[in-house]
Amino acid sequence: MAFESLAEKLQSTFKKLKGKGKVSEKDLKDAMREVKLALLEADVNFKVVKDFINSVSERAKGAEVLESLTPAQQVIKIVNEELVKLMGEKEEKIQISSKPPTIIMMTGLQGAGKTTTAAKLGGIFKKQGKRPLLCACDVYRPAAIKQLQVVGGQLQIPVFTVEGSTDVVDISKQALRHAELHSNDILIIDTAGRLHVDEEMMQELKNIKAEINPSEILLVVDAMTGQDAVNVAESFNNELDIDGVILTKLDGDTRGGAAISVRAVTNKPIKFCGMGEKLTDLEVFHPDRMASRILGMGDVLSLIEKAEQAFDEKKAVELEQKMRTQTFNYSDFLEQFEQMKNMGPLSQIAKMLPGVDARALENADLDDRKVLRVEAIIKSMTPGERELRDKITPKRKERIAKGSGTTVAQVNNLIKQFEQMQKMLKQFSGMNMNKKMKRLGKMGIPKNMGFPKF
Amino acid sequence: MGIFSKIKEGLSKTKNSFNEKLDSVIKAFRTVDEDLFEELEEVLIMSDIGVNTSMEIIERLRDTVLTKNIKEPETVKNELHEILVNILTEGTDSKIETQGTPAVIMVIGVNGVGKTTSIGKIAANYKKQGKSVVLAAADTFRAGAIEQLEVWADRAGADIIKQQEGSDPAAVIFDAVNYAKNKKADILLCDTAGRLHNKKNLMEELKKIYKILDRELPNSSKEVLLVLDATTGQNAVMQAKLFKEAADITGIVLTKLDGTAKGGIVFAIKNEYDIPVKLIGVGEGIDDLMEFEAEDFVDAILETEENA
Repeated sequence: MAFESLAEKLQSTFKKLKGKGKVSEKDLKDAMREVKLALLEADVNFKVVKDFINSVSERAKGAEVLESLTPAQQVIKIVNEELVKLMGEKEEKIQISSKPPTIIMMTGLQGAGKTTTAAKLGGIFKKQGKRPLLCACDVYRPAAIKQLQVVGGQLQIPVFTVEGSTDVVDISKQALRHAELHSNDILIIDTAGRLHVDEEMMQELKNIKAEINPSEILLVVDAMTGQDAVNVAESFNNELDIDGVILTKLDGDTRGGAAISVRAVTNKPIKFCGMGEKLTDLEVFHPDRMASRILGMGDVLSLIEKAEQAFDEKKAVELEQKMRTQTFNYSDFLEQFEQMKNMGPLSQIAKMLPGVDARALENADLDDRKVLRVEAIIKSMTPGERELRDKITPKRKERIAKGSGTTVAQVNNLIKQFEQMQKMLKQFSGMNMNKKMKRLGKMGIPKNMGFPKF
Repeated sequence: MGIFSKIKEGLSKTKNSFNEKLDSVIKAFRTVDEDLFEELEEVLIMSDIGVNTSMEIIERLRDTVLTKNIKEPETVKNELHEILVNILTEGTDSKIETQGTPAVIMVIGVNGVGKTTSIGKIAANYKKQGKSVVLAAADTFRAGAIEQLEVWADRAGADIIKQQEGSDPAAVIFDAVNYAKNKKADILLCDTAGRLHNKKNLMEELKKIYKILDRELPNSSKEVLLVLDATTGQNAVMQAKLFKEAADITGIVLTKLDGTAKGGIVFAIKNEYDIPVKLIGVGEGIDDLMEFEAEDFVDAILETEENA
């Protein structure tokens, strides 16, 4: 039950109109129904969807869509714009208190990822040259304190605990004193997961808040949350007046509609998102990109940014030269693979491409180990073979296969792949590298540039 | 307190939010018309049942109402109740199999759904029945996971087989299998690390663990329980699909039903993959894990305040 992208659905809705000329209000209503279903499938709360559809419909009724030659695109554009507007248009940071330490309190339901995120956040501050202190106030879940101590240790961030105490107000007070004495400029307080309807436990958070007055109260929300996200966010916000949200487990394949729900009911910004199990996997949240993800349009911006970071400018120019003169060889092929590798795991890159949906990815088998195999094969070639001076005869293929621990069939496969790539690059030559990346984004991964299937 | 009332107590908040809506919907209608169906569909969607499954359910309801010529909104509710129960029970059994020595129960799921806690509760339950239980601490990845399971083993009075954090989970399972065999333990409960279902390598690891259990204990029943957080939305369907590919899921443990989340996604999963719910978690206490009873579950969701 993989999701069809909204773009696809709208295209097919409007396809029916071909030859009919203008778009009627009825057509628009059908389109709005598709938008509604897409948002609901993405787990945006029903009420939030209703409000959203109302405001989008109003705008879409204007001349922009009705008279457009490309109504589907117009609708997507409007929906996207309105979503971005709803999500907040810019990235938001943690407020650093003018009087250190800046106190950050992590709150949320059980299993949202508070402890891991607290450590990750500490890691970000440490990298900025600050001196964070983690404070363990989850005194209920077995081994929660131990967990914070271990992840803190891995990041070399001190963790404040009070052995045997269950008085979290006292623990946080002591932690604050400790931070002041040891000139820690950031204090991150990890609290126990709790249900928003558990009055006693919510009171505990209010008590901590009253005692140490945190500069940031962050609500940690699992990106996979469904309709209930509104109840959770609303309760925490009402009780604690939160300052922001961290969305976790966004490295999964959820659409993450909870992001919209939470934002809509609290009007508080999402500041970070958890992107993996490694302690460095916490990223600044980009509202515009999230809008695209929820709509199933891929994360083109992120991809372009990643590509820009990873692509070595100089090498790109060289490569371009080669393409122009059509001397693209195996060494270049290998280099390109290495550049791609710098962009991150293939599965992650592919996910960001529009038009590449979960369904396609299931069979794509984007295994990074296969990239290693490609490297092994090319590295087992002689310089002559790599630079296309020597023809790769069957005998040579056997040698290459042996040298790289692969089979002749796999070597053949790679050669075929290379030749296709060569052909394709010839078509590309003439454009500059930047444009190429953009075109790559527009097309999705071209079929013959995919990774060798063995 | 009987099991029935315990479930109801756990589900009371679930019930309230669903109910208030349902009742106000029912009361607002004097006749059965298109608007009623639409409103009911909305109620289903709001409980995370999902757009497609909700539409299907309403379609079935509409057929029944037509063939039975139902005119009363209240009767429509009863029909809805029956349809929902049917979906959950059709052709499946929610009993946990415990054949062989040891019988195997493996617990899997994404991060933070409550796997370790559920295992602790399951272990306590079997110990109470006088069975010997061995826990395998195969979540060697998350910091503190082994210690967390140790606390539960201690509470339940079960044996635990563990290695260092970061060691090979398959090796832990292998050790635990041998230990359980030698001790002639009744139940072998395997904890695994939380993993997102779209991480290929981690799913391969899970396959490997499952294979070991399958190979080493060919005569034992193997329950593979997917733990789902009731707050999860549509993504749970993908979880069920991909975890099923790695290990043959035999049932679902639906946790955190003591909040306001409704866990409606289990209807979609049952509908699509025929995986039944076997246990539900309704609190943090060691006894807060219940056998799943579809009647009670739907009852508690649909029952009006007065009858509760």
